[in-house]
Amino acid sequence: MAEKIETSLASGHEGTVRDQTRAYLLRLKDGEMGSVPAIGATIVLALVFQYLSPFFFTNINFANMFVQAAELTMLAAALVFVILLAEIDLAAGVTAGVAMAVFIRLLKAGWAWIPALGVSFVVGIVVGFVIGYVVAKIGVPSFVVTLAFFLGFQGLQLLLLGEGGVYRIEVPQVIAVMNSNMPAWGGWVMLAVSLAISFVISIWDRARRARVGLVNKPFSIIIMKLGAVGTLAAIAISIMNTNRSQGAIPIQGVPIVVPITLVILAICTLILDRTKFGRHLYAVGGNPEAARRAGIKVVSIRIWAFIICAILAVVSGLFHASRLQSVDGSAGKTIVLSGVAAAVVGGVSLFGGRGRISHAVIGAFVITMIDNGLGLLQMPAGVNYLVQGGVLLLAATIDALARRRGGVVGRN
Amino acid sequence: MSSPVVQLKDIKKSFGPVDVLKGIDMTCYAGQVTALVGDNGAGKSTLIKGLSGVQPYDSGQVVFAGEDVSITTPGQASSYGIEVVYQDLALCENLDIVQNMFLGHEEILRGTLHEPEMERLATKALQSLSVKTVKSVRQKVSSLSGGQRQTVAIARSVLREAKLVILDEPTAALGVAQTEQVLNLVKRLASQGVAVIIISHNLNDVFQVADQISVLYLGKMVANLDRRETTYDDVVGYITGTKSQEGN
Repeated sequence: MAEKIETSLASGHEGTVRDQTRAYLLRLKDGEMGSVPAIGATIVLALVFQYLSPFFFTNINFANMFVQAAELTMLAAALVFVILLAEIDLAAGVTAGVAMAVFIRLLKAGWAWIPALGVSFVVGIVVGFVIGYVVAKIGVPSFVVTLAFFLGFQGLQLLLLGEGGVYRIEVPQVIAVMNSNMPAWGGWVMLAVSLAISFVISIWDRARRARVGLVNKPFSIIIMKLGAVGTLAAIAISIMNTNRSQGAIPIQGVPIVVPITLVILAICTLILDRTKFGRHLYAVGGNPEAARRAGIKVVSIRIWAFIICAILAVVSGLFHASRLQSVDGSAGKTIVLSGVAAAVVGGVSLFGGRGRISHAVIGAFVITMIDNGLGLLQMPAGVNYLVQGGVLLLAATIDALARRRGGVVGRN
Repeated sequence: MSSPVVQLKDIKKSFGPVDVLKGIDMTCYAGQVTALVGDNGAGKSTLIKGLSGVQPYDSGQVVFAGEDVSITTPGQASSYGIEVVYQDLALCENLDIVQNMFLGHEEILRGTLHEPEMERLATKALQSLSVKTVKSVRQKVSSLSGGQRQTVAIARSVLREAKLVILDEPTAALGVAQTEQVLNLVKRLASQGVAVIIISHNLNDVFQVADQISVLYLGKMVANLDRRETTYDDVVGYITGTKSQEGN
């Protein structure tokens, strides 16, 4: 092979902090906006609701929003896997509903909660596989397949639980997920561990680049990023560590669901960003034909995406059941559309191939804030849906415009 | 100095009653660009599809690097070092240059993607072709021009250490300056010792890059010409069937 020839080939890692910032702004201008509009929306919504309702920024509502957002975040993260393939899973919510119905039936039949939960996850995996198989192997559009499951599973839920059937969950561990909090030090340990892991991964990445002789971004960027995230998280934790009880028994600490969600989301991010499977998922979402010619097993990637989506949906269903401390026959029917909305509002492209787990998280917070804030203002539910619909339309339009601006020339 | 990389002997292929390839002989040499020309329906695509394993031949002999081989799947073709750069390029626009170049052949370190190594190798492959038109190897393909995309697709074959690269109409959708860049790239690719087959309708391009011009006419190889000893009019004559070489 030829020796090293001097060229101007860069990698995007060169330059000072200022150069990096400029490059980032340029990417934003080119339409790679990611979740920036959604972060902006979060800030604007927070200010507006705080102005309109004195209750919005109280510590009790603050912690409440995290708990409310958890279900939606998990479902939106589930949907990211299929939306990245430009597919959709309208059945994610009812899949979770059916899995929870199975869970409660097994509990009532005297099963211990861990094996019962295991079976409900197996139900999710099987459903995900069947949907994926029909979509990927047989070639029925996912919209139709999952619409069919959406309708059918509402019936299955009713059959499993009976008309109007509501079953109480009496497993303390399950109820604790959404209704208990960590001690104050637990929140700080969580923050310290998260920051430490992020820091170690960054150092590790830099070492790997340095070892093969590549340039690294300025070290200060890592410190600034971690510092910013750490500060925000520290503020949130200290708010949640104050006593928010209005009665005699104190309620304080970060809800247990927060670290559980963080761990699951971190694993999902790892899968998407750093594994072959994740890379291939993006490739299939971007251009299935190119992926096929590159030797990627497109069918199996698609099936796996639906399986992962179903598994995470079941987690979301578990959160839901934990929060209500019960399982009912109509769970999961409406939340799935909010889940799609959350993912899209957060910056996941419905055209496939673009989006991250973190986008789903931010989108879920936007939707939850609208829900929560309008509720505090005692707006009728109708207004809530209208606002959510408007935000979704806006986000989808931004996505389409960004895609056009991103220089997608020659195709479409 | 150059040895045959691939030799096709008496290749035949028919679709039902239609004989598309009627006994083709063709030889490609290392470090040489062979232009495959012919009118629509002459059998160019069928000939290429057989070599790339997409659509195996019915009969005939394929000698690759001195050995008889049978290529029946794209995977086999790839394992022999045959890479095809398709007309529609087959790149993922949502991925960057490095990610595209390694798609399906990712470097893995302890279960996760070895991004730095891939970035290094991709940069090296682009440098070996003296690519100067691309700013950053981490640019998304969606932000690249047609010529730059062609560059990425060609560099991908360098990365795989291809012995035979087949380019299907690489300049069809390009402007003048970009065509020039891509043709230079093709020459540099050949100068690295790779055998190159280029399919083109544009005889200007063919005369600019090819060492050898092979003309197909209705499923037969009617001429194998040395570019320096032939003329534009001759080639057109063979393509349209108004001329034919003795012995064929």
